[in-house]
Amino acid sequence: MEYEAVIGLETHCQLKTNSKMFCGCANEFGAEPNTNVCPVCLGMPGVLPVPNERALQLTALTGYLLNCEVPGFAKFDRKNYFYPDVCKDYQITQYDFPSTTTGQVDFEFGGGIERVRITRAHLEEDVGKNNHFAQHSGVDFNRAGVPLLEIVSEPDLRSADMAYEYLNSLKDILIYGGVSDCDMEKGMVRCDVNISVRPKGGSELGVKVEIKNMNTFSGVRRAINYEVPRQIETLEAGGTLVQETRRWDDVAGITESMRTKEHAHDYRYFPEPDLMPLKPDEAWLAEVRSQIVELPLARKQRFAKDYGIPAQDADVFVGNVPLGGFFEQAIEGASNPKAIANWVINNLQARLTETGTTIGDLKFEPSAIRELVAIIDTGTISSTGGQEVFAELFENGGSPAAIVEDRGLAQVSDSGELDKWCQEAIDANPGPADDFRNGKENAINFLKGQVMKASRGKANPQVVGETLAKLLKG
Amino acid sequence: MLHELTLCGLAAKLDAREVSAREAMQACLDRIDAVDGRVSAFMSVDRDDALGQADAADAALAKGATHAGQPLLGVPVSMKDLFCIRGQPANCSSKILGDFRSPYDGTVVRKLRDAGAVLFGRVNMDEFAMGSSTENSAFGRTHNPWDLERVPGGSSGGSAAAVVAQECFGSIGTDTGGSIRQPAALCGCVGLKPTYGRVSRYGVVAFASSLDQVGPLARDVRDSAVLLGAMAGHDPRDSTSVPTEVPDYVAGLGGDLKGIRLGLPREYLIDGIDPGVRAAFDEAVKQCEALGAEIHEVSMPHTEYGVATYYIVATAEASANLARFDGIRYGDRVDGDDPFSLYCNTRGRGFGEEVKRRIILGTYVLSSGYYDAYYLRAQKVRTLIKRDFEQAFESVDALITPTVPAPAFKAGEKMDDPLQMYLSDIFTISCNLAGTCGISLPCGFTGDPKLPIGLQILGKPFEESRLLQIAHAYEQATPWHRERAVL
Repeated sequence: MEYEAVIGLETHCQLKTNSKMFCGCANEFGAEPNTNVCPVCLGMPGVLPVPNERALQLTALTGYLLNCEVPGFAKFDRKNYFYPDVCKDYQITQYDFPSTTTGQVDFEFGGGIERVRITRAHLEEDVGKNNHFAQHSGVDFNRAGVPLLEIVSEPDLRSADMAYEYLNSLKDILIYGGVSDCDMEKGMVRCDVNISVRPKGGSELGVKVEIKNMNTFSGVRRAINYEVPRQIETLEAGGTLVQETRRWDDVAGITESMRTKEHAHDYRYFPEPDLMPLKPDEAWLAEVRSQIVELPLARKQRFAKDYGIPAQDADVFVGNVPLGGFFEQAIEGASNPKAIANWVINNLQARLTETGTTIGDLKFEPSAIRELVAIIDTGTISSTGGQEVFAELFENGGSPAAIVEDRGLAQVSDSGELDKWCQEAIDANPGPADDFRNGKENAINFLKGQVMKASRGKANPQVVGETLAKLLKG
Repeated sequence: MLHELTLCGLAAKLDAREVSAREAMQACLDRIDAVDGRVSAFMSVDRDDALGQADAADAALAKGATHAGQPLLGVPVSMKDLFCIRGQPANCSSKILGDFRSPYDGTVVRKLRDAGAVLFGRVNMDEFAMGSSTENSAFGRTHNPWDLERVPGGSSGGSAAAVVAQECFGSIGTDTGGSIRQPAALCGCVGLKPTYGRVSRYGVVAFASSLDQVGPLARDVRDSAVLLGAMAGHDPRDSTSVPTEVPDYVAGLGGDLKGIRLGLPREYLIDGIDPGVRAAFDEAVKQCEALGAEIHEVSMPHTEYGVATYYIVATAEASANLARFDGIRYGDRVDGDDPFSLYCNTRGRGFGEEVKRRIILGTYVLSSGYYDAYYLRAQKVRTLIKRDFEQAFESVDALITPTVPAPAFKAGEKMDDPLQMYLSDIFTISCNLAGTCGISLPCGFTGDPKLPIGLQILGKPFEESRLLQIAHAYEQATPWHRERAVL
C-alpha cells in the first residue's frame, strides 16, 4: 500500500515590539540573564498584566496578511501548568476566542502554487529559558512575557520539503509585514509539527504524533523525513501507532517519545480574569489595515506580469523592497522596464552594496535612470558613456542630460563630421582598407577603432561602421 | 485619649496642629502594646518605619501642608497582610511566602501615601483571604475585641479587630465574598466593599481576580468615605479598573433618606437568622423608614445559588492565582529531586488546609470533563445573579439586609465544618458575584453576651456615594457607632 503524510504546523514567532506583552520591560535578545525583568514578568505576588497595544495590532495585521478573519470579539485565557520557566505557573494565551481565525497562505512549491489553510493565529506570552549547569539549574526570565504569535496550520502539508517551503514563505510574510524579525539564531521562531500517515488519497486522518519545539526549519524538514518513514514502517510491519508527543534529537537525527495521550497535560484553560475581552472597533481595525503590505508572492507575480521582467529579477525586487520601490518609480511612463531593471539590479544595487549605502542615501531621482536608459536607447550616448553618466549620478547626483552635456558624451551621428573622420582613417591606413576591400571583413574593426579614437569615443559606433563600409565599397 | 479619635477627628487635630503625627503614631503603638497581646490583630509592626513616616508627615505639616490637599496626612492606617509595600513582607498570613519582601509598592499603597497616610503594621487575615474567621492564619488567630473567645470574622479579621480595638484609625482590607463586610459586622465597625473596578488591584495578592476588591474598615461612615476617596480611581496598571470619575465622597454625606427607595430582598430574610440579628435588622428598617426611606420588598430569585457559584468561581481562579507560590523564585522552598517533587514538598508544607482544600476544588472544577458542569455553569448562574441585582435596582436605589445571619461565633466552633463556615458569607457573597458595592455598619448588639450586629446596604455599581450617604444618615440617627469594646 502506498502511504501519504499529513502534516500540520504550529509556528511560534516573537512579535517585533519594543516592550513585552504585559509589562514595560524591553523585548530584547542577548541581555545578561534576568536583567530585562520586573515584578510583572517575574510573576511576583500582586502584579497584573496590561496588554501591549502594538502586539495586539501586529496580531491583527498578521491576520490580514494571512487572509484570516479578525473577529470583533477575542479574549485571553490562562493555560495552567507547572514548570520552572513559567513564572506564574500559567501562561496567558488565547484558547477558544483567538484574535484571528481561518486564513490561508499561498506559496511556490514544486513549480506551482500551493495553499495551506491557517486555522488561527493567536497571541500569547513567551516563557523563560531554563539553563542547566553541572550542579544546579537556573531560569532566565528575560524572554518571559515576550509577545508570541502562534500560527496554527491545517494539516494541508504532504511532505517535508513542502513544510520547509511553507515555513520559509511564512517567515517572508512576517518579515515583510514588519510583524517579526524571525531571526532563527535568536530563537524568534519555533515549531511544533503534527504528523500522521494514511493510505494515499484517503480522507480519514491517521494517529497523530506531535513533535515539540524545533527551532530550525531544516530541523523540521529532517524530523519529518525521519518520522514519516518511521510511521509507515510501523504500520507496514503490522504495528500500531499511539497518539503521543515526541522530541526531536537533532544530533542523533531521530524522534523519541516524550509522553503518550494518557499522560497528556490537562491545561485547565479558563478565561483570564485580569484582562478584559478584546473588542476591536472599526476605527482600530482600519488603522491596522492601513499597515497591510503587499505579500511577497503577490509582488513577484505582479512584477513579472505587469513589467515583463524575468522571475529572477522579480525575486530581487521581492527580496529588496526599497530597491523594488525605486524600480517602480523609475519605470513610470518608460517603454523599456526590462533595461531599467538591468540598470537597477546590475549597476545600482551593486554600487549600493559596494558603498554600504541605501536607496535613501541616493543623490538622484528614480526618473534619472529612466532618462539614462532612454538616451542610450535613442543612441544619444553609447553604453560606455552610460556607465560614465551613471557613475557621475551616483557620486554627485544631477540629471543624465546635464552630465552628457557637461562631459560632452553625446555620440556624433552627423554624417558630415563622421564622413570626414572615416575618410581620414581610410587614408591614413591603406593596409587595413585594402584588406577589407579584398574580403577581410574584420579589417573594418581596426578602422572603426581609429575613428572612435579620433572622435574621442563620441562617434556612434554603428553609424561609423556603416559609413566606413559605404566609403570603402565606394 | 488620642487613640479613641475617629480618623476625621484625628485629621482635624493634625490640621489644627493640636497634635503631631508622631504623637498619633505613638498613641497607636502604645495602644498595640496595651491590648494587642489579647487581640492579636497585628502580625508585625515596623516601629522605626512607622515613626519615620510620621516624622515625614510632621515635616510636611511644618511646611504648610494641609488636609484639604492630603486628607490622610499623618494618619496611621494599618494594612491587611496581602498588600505589596516596597521593602515590607507580604505573607498573606501564610507560611509559604517565607521571608519574601515586596520589591514594589502597589497602587493602593501609592495612593494612600500620596494622600499622606502613615501605612504601618501588617494585620492578620485568613491565609490568602480564604476564610470567615481569621482562624485560617498560619500565625495564629485574632480575637474579637467584644469577646476574646470569639472570632473577629474574616478574612479581614485583623483589620476589623485593629480598628475596633483602636489600635489604628482605619485599616485597608479586601473583600472577595464578604471579607470586609463580615468582619466589620462581627467586630462592630464600618466596612465598605467598592464596586469591582473602582479601586486598583495592582499590588494586592490575588485570591479570586474577578471578585477581589480593596476597601476600608473604619470607625464610622465619614472615615470610610475619606479612605475610599484616597484609594479610588482608574489605574492603567489594572486593566479591570474602570475609568469612571471619582466623586467627592465626603461632600456627598449629609441629609436624610427622603425619597430613597430601599429594597428588602425576600430571599435574604430566611429562617435561621439569629433572633437578635433579625430584631436589630427589623428595627434598622423601621429607622430608615422613619428617616424618610420608602421600603419595598424585592425578589432576587437566584440568591440560593450564590454560595455554590462563589465556591466554584473563586476556587477556580485561586487555583491558578496561587500556582506561582512554587518555591522557584521567592518564598519558602522545600527541595526535591526534580521540579515536581520540589513543588509538592514546597506547597505541601507551605499552604494551610483550607487553602489546599480550595486549590484542589478549583483544580477539579476546571478539569477536562468537569469544566462545563461546574465552571461554565457557575459562570452562567453568576450572570443570572447579576441580573437579579439589575432587576432589583430598576425599582429601588439600594438593598438592605443583615450582613451576617448570626453574631460572632466562638473560635473553633466551625473549623471542622467548612460548609457551615461558608454559610457565614451567605448575605455578602452575591454582591461580589454581581460586582456591585456594599457596606456594613453597626445596627445594634445582641443581649448576652453583647456582640455587634451589622446592617448591610448594597448599592448600584459605582454608586458608592449614594451608599455612603444612606449609611451616614442611618448612622447619625443611631448610637451604635459610638459604642466601644472594653479591653
